[in-house]
Amino acid sequence: MITRGDIQNVSGYKKPQPPEKKVKLRKFNWSRVMIYAVMVVLLSVTGYTLTHLDTANVKIGDAMHGLVMTLNQIFLQPRAGSDGIMPLLSALGISLLLAIMTTIIGAVIGFLFAVIASRNLTNAYFGAIIRVVMAVIRAIPTIVWVLIFSIVCGLGTNAAILGLSFHSIAYLTKAYSESIEEIDQTTIEALKVTGSKFWVIVFQAIWPTIIASLVSWTFIRLEINFANAIAVGAAAGAGGIGYQLFVASGMSFDFHEVGFIVYLIIGVTILLEFIAVKLRQMYITK
Amino acid sequence: MSSPIKFLAQKHRKQTAIIAVIGSIYVLSSWILNFDSFSGFTAVPKAFTWLGVNFFPTSESVELLPRIWQKLIETVALAVSSTVVAAIIALFVAILGSKATGINNYVHVIVRGIASFFRNIPLVAWAMILLFSFKQSDFTGFLALLLMTVGYLIRAFMEIIEDEASETMMALKATGASYFQVIFQAVLPQIMPSLISWVLYMIENNVRDATLVGILTGTGIGFIFDLYFKSFRFDAVGMTILAIIIVVIVLEVLSNQIRKVIL
Repeated sequence: MITRGDIQNVSGYKKPQPPEKKVKLRKFNWSRVMIYAVMVVLLSVTGYTLTHLDTANVKIGDAMHGLVMTLNQIFLQPRAGSDGIMPLLSALGISLLLAIMTTIIGAVIGFLFAVIASRNLTNAYFGAIIRVVMAVIRAIPTIVWVLIFSIVCGLGTNAAILGLSFHSIAYLTKAYSESIEEIDQTTIEALKVTGSKFWVIVFQAIWPTIIASLVSWTFIRLEINFANAIAVGAAAGAGGIGYQLFVASGMSFDFHEVGFIVYLIIGVTILLEFIAVKLRQMYITK
Repeated sequence: MSSPIKFLAQKHRKQTAIIAVIGSIYVLSSWILNFDSFSGFTAVPKAFTWLGVNFFPTSESVELLPRIWQKLIETVALAVSSTVVAAIIALFVAILGSKATGINNYVHVIVRGIASFFRNIPLVAWAMILLFSFKQSDFTGFLALLLMTVGYLIRAFMEIIEDEASETMMALKATGASYFQVIFQAVLPQIMPSLISWVLYMIENNVRDATLVGILTGTGIGFIFDLYFKSFRFDAVGMTILAIIIVVIVLEVLSNQIRKVIL
């Protein structure tokens, strides 16, 4: 008679045993450890800060009620207020021009610096110096730059233009030089072999290759500069719609007018975003 | 088909036209804004010599260092906490609103709209509106930064989910995993590195913006800067700026290193 044991012996069949070690579902890697470490640090800083936050003894309920009333006035009942529509529109125009102009300055000078600072084009030491200087300029907030220049040039558009340009130059230098460094080295070498001069290489090989990312970075900066132009107008009194916003919300407390100004600003930023998207599509399809 | 010469001539004309347009925009703007390019740019070297002399920290301002440092740490903590809270809110909203994991297309459009709305209201407006209700306190600065960061992060997180997690999600869905299993086992682990990278970027950004909010709402490093600036104590102002530069650059280097490990 054949028993069950025989079958097992003959065919070498064994009852399946549970695996001795648990199957590892996840491999150990540093990336995961780092992610957890960063999360723990960030969450504990947040926890500590929120429990020790100075709220100036404001009753949250009352403040929320007030906030809802204010928001209601701002977003549902916007009115041009005592200033009238035309002065506000011209102030908006000034802020927009400020943004456009500083972006142009930033783009032109930024491109020159980016070419010099890119690792694949020039002398490493010289490039490193420019990168460090740009990092320092970027580290200082735009508003601080404007206030610094306002001591020398006096408060007003001149200080605003210089301050905004400084930050734009540093930002665009970094953005552009990163795009330049992504270029395939063979493109540059092919032109070098033909004996082309430095600036010929820049304008015939580099410029056409990165034009799409150049345009998109420049437009991102234009949007940032518009926001900065408003901030600078409010905090440094440099004029434009930001100053009107500051006066309406901090001095005359006319929140209907604040609402009107906010809608104007949102309109312009959405328009800028729309143009940026269209331009990007144009250059990518080319 | 145009000949190469014709093509080059056309290209040349087009480039000249673009340069002319940009140049005239510049000239027109500087005329309207009353900006004299020559005297403006010659003011730069003058400004720096002046800075070198007056902003140079003296022994008096070195004594202020502990106070500046404390305010700066407060500001960084504020930037970190507002970004983290914003990230938690934005993650929920992005999961509900993204095309890949969201409820439906209507929710997607609504969430995008809300995010764009929060993003486009200038920080100045938030700061001033909140200042009116919440008075001069750190909490005001926290809320202002929070509301703007939420707008940016919702958009960023939705795009990350749509770009990076769609395929993994599909694979897990095919095995019959439930919605929450898909979210916790596929989507979140997949997008975590990019998510952290964005959070770090926003923290850097918010430390800089916190200075502006501080000037407007009278808190943190912005308040100290404004105080010294308006009382013409330029050596102390120089010290404050130096401290800001150091902290921002340290944060930038640190987050770049973290990014290198996690991405």
